[in-house]
Amino acid sequence: MKEKVIMSGNEAIARGAYEAGVGFASAYPGTPSTEILENVAKYPTIDSRWANNEKVAVEMACGAQAGGLRTLSCMKHVGLNVAADPVMTIAYIGSNGGMLIVSADDPGMHSSQNEQDNRYYSKLGKLIMLEPSDSQECKDFTKLAYELSEKYDLVVLMRVTTRVCHSKSIVTLEDPIPTPCKKYVTNVEKRAMLPAMAIKRHIVVEEQLKKVEEYANNCPINTTEYNDTKVGIITSGISYQHAKEVFGDTVSYLKLGLTNPMPGKLIDEFCEKCDTIHVIEEGEPFIETAVKVRGHECTGKDKITIQGELTAAIVQTSLTDKPLEEGYTVDVKPADRPPVLCAGCPHRGFFYSFTKFRDKVVALGDIGCYGLGVQTPFFGEEMCVCMGGGFSTTIGMAEALKAQNDPRKPLGFLGDSTFFHSGLTSLIDAVHTNANVILCLLDNSITGMTGHQQNAGTEVNLMGKPVKRVDCLDMVMATGIDADRVHVVNPIDQKEMDAAIKTSIENDGLQVIVTRYPCALLKYVIKERGNKHLEVNPDKCVGCKMCMKVACPSLAFKDGKAYVADVANCTGCGLCSQNCKVGAMTIVE
Amino acid sequence: MTKNIILVGVGGQGTILTTKVLSKGLVELGYDVKMSEIHGMSQRGGTVTTQLRYGEKVYAPNIGEHEADLVVAFEKMEALRALPYLKKGGAIITDVREILPMPVLTGEEEYPEDCLKDLKQTVGDVIVVKAAEKAEELGNVKCQNICLLGALIKKLGLDGVDWKAIIKDTVPAKVVDVNLKAYDAGREMA
Repeated sequence: MKEKVIMSGNEAIARGAYEAGVGFASAYPGTPSTEILENVAKYPTIDSRWANNEKVAVEMACGAQAGGLRTLSCMKHVGLNVAADPVMTIAYIGSNGGMLIVSADDPGMHSSQNEQDNRYYSKLGKLIMLEPSDSQECKDFTKLAYELSEKYDLVVLMRVTTRVCHSKSIVTLEDPIPTPCKKYVTNVEKRAMLPAMAIKRHIVVEEQLKKVEEYANNCPINTTEYNDTKVGIITSGISYQHAKEVFGDTVSYLKLGLTNPMPGKLIDEFCEKCDTIHVIEEGEPFIETAVKVRGHECTGKDKITIQGELTAAIVQTSLTDKPLEEGYTVDVKPADRPPVLCAGCPHRGFFYSFTKFRDKVVALGDIGCYGLGVQTPFFGEEMCVCMGGGFSTTIGMAEALKAQNDPRKPLGFLGDSTFFHSGLTSLIDAVHTNANVILCLLDNSITGMTGHQQNAGTEVNLMGKPVKRVDCLDMVMATGIDADRVHVVNPIDQKEMDAAIKTSIENDGLQVIVTRYPCALLKYVIKERGNKHLEVNPDKCVGCKMCMKVACPSLAFKDGKAYVADVANCTGCGLCSQNCKVGAMTIVE
Repeated sequence: MTKNIILVGVGGQGTILTTKVLSKGLVELGYDVKMSEIHGMSQRGGTVTTQLRYGEKVYAPNIGEHEADLVVAFEKMEALRALPYLKKGGAIITDVREILPMPVLTGEEEYPEDCLKDLKQTVGDVIVVKAAEKAEELGNVKCQNICLLGALIKKLGLDGVDWKAIIKDTVPAKVVDVNLKAYDAGREMA
């Protein structure tokens, strides 16, 4: 009997890649996609690596597939924007080894800055689009993707969503298919995309897509389930599961697993057999538009919200009169529990220092743990748009502040992994133009928010092998910036941190602050720390609450005294104790 | 008939490991199982929710408002926060453990100390346990999750599978014994 296990969608995609004989996989971490590559790396047959950004990931995979390996690259939805440049042209080059790109969309924005629906990229980039609805399909569709990519000489985009990535269901495991690397043969006409070649290749791509459309009309992943035909539901991905939950076997279904090219004939057949058509899909009206373009009437985004994540309850209340189950209510309300910077987090030292200069700067942030600095009590971020934006938006803001005689200096910040991802190019602009800004590089030696992925600044790679560490400070100095404009500090040490911000405000032109202190959750940091923690002497504590200003989750205040509420989590970093004027706090081991 | 269970706690309390053990056992019992967890920002000391559904055939992986048969809270205020998910006639198992969130630590908001009283009055079937305290007694507060798992399994009457063997396979080798003790203690609490 084949083994059945319970797997997340992300684990199942990784398993699918393994069973399909993938030889090369690359990604940049980002929720909800991160665990795909982390799980791929557990299969030693696949060369798995974190790239500096999604564009690099796709380009490396493109090179590997052109060379003959089956390749996988994965990213969150906004990552595909970064990778869009190569993705728009890869279809013209087509495949040698099969190529699959996975986009993990985040409807509901559990951990994202927008809820873009990346299915549109498949139309824009001439890609075959797959939409699995559970873990078994994640594995099956991944394997199918390589067959399709190689058979039709195209590239496949698979769109998964948070609930598909992070929910677990039963998967039947199979043995890997032996897939030797195909031979690389020079073919300039097919791969060197200059106008003369690209014009010819575009014709081929359109022809190939027509063939895929024929396949889509008769393929095992675009399926109909005919029950009562009064109501017909057209759906894809996780929305299929919600629809089944609500309607069970009382209606007919057209479940689409392959949605670009759209299976036009199949949609026509289904719509002709059913009296009323509902399109149920998360996000944008991607399928709905295709159905309407073919002249069929249907409900869609007029009934079901375009925003957020769908649930069975939303489907039920949008399309039926059936009331929801009853529940309970009480008058008392829970206190808010927002995510916070961890105890011992170096970013806390940066943000606390920032609060002392708040009226002299305009702080613009970026994507990472330091985004949490936007909250009480730091309010340390006035804008956040995308990876790398923390530096470049600052350059533009400086000009606008100057135009309105606002004396404040813009201060932008981002982390080490974000710097490697896309902050370096922004820094070069700031150096080149001597922008009147403060750029803070918060180096905590790891990609933090997504759960400690290696980056160019680490000494070991994803596969556990030693690699050459690229020092982000070296990269800063390599721009040729004057050494006296660069301030390297320990952010926990408030004397150093304050002095760096003060000097950077007082001196005109570009100032760069590099804070260096490792993430408190790193294994070696925890090991080195041992039992180190803070103690408050209640006899000395006068209850001034100055220590509470750093907003550490380990420190609490009760009956007029500060105390360490969570000794196990207190790292004894000493940030809070620097504010104690009465010597009530000591760090003990 | 599909059963819906929601586990709620604070980042780091081990709700995800608990559902891992639970889902393995349910698969052994022959059920279709789907579970849903949200990773990412919530790990930084925020609220963590894991949802598990089992039955003959399960479609949607997530549980909506008023759909949960059982809420298991690793922290008592989180039981209050999860109340909108509970369906009429559903039950709550909650630890008495309090973990103060940042707005309470900074004095901006108050912790609802007496919330269990309100929950008991309204819901009726509320089992209050001291799993974190028991785990500390056993020498490792982290096995609070397996203690609560014991209570959950007893409450749902999920017999017919060797839960201890699954725990042994799932938790790190050096903490197997303490977790098995926590599991037994949890069963006695429900």
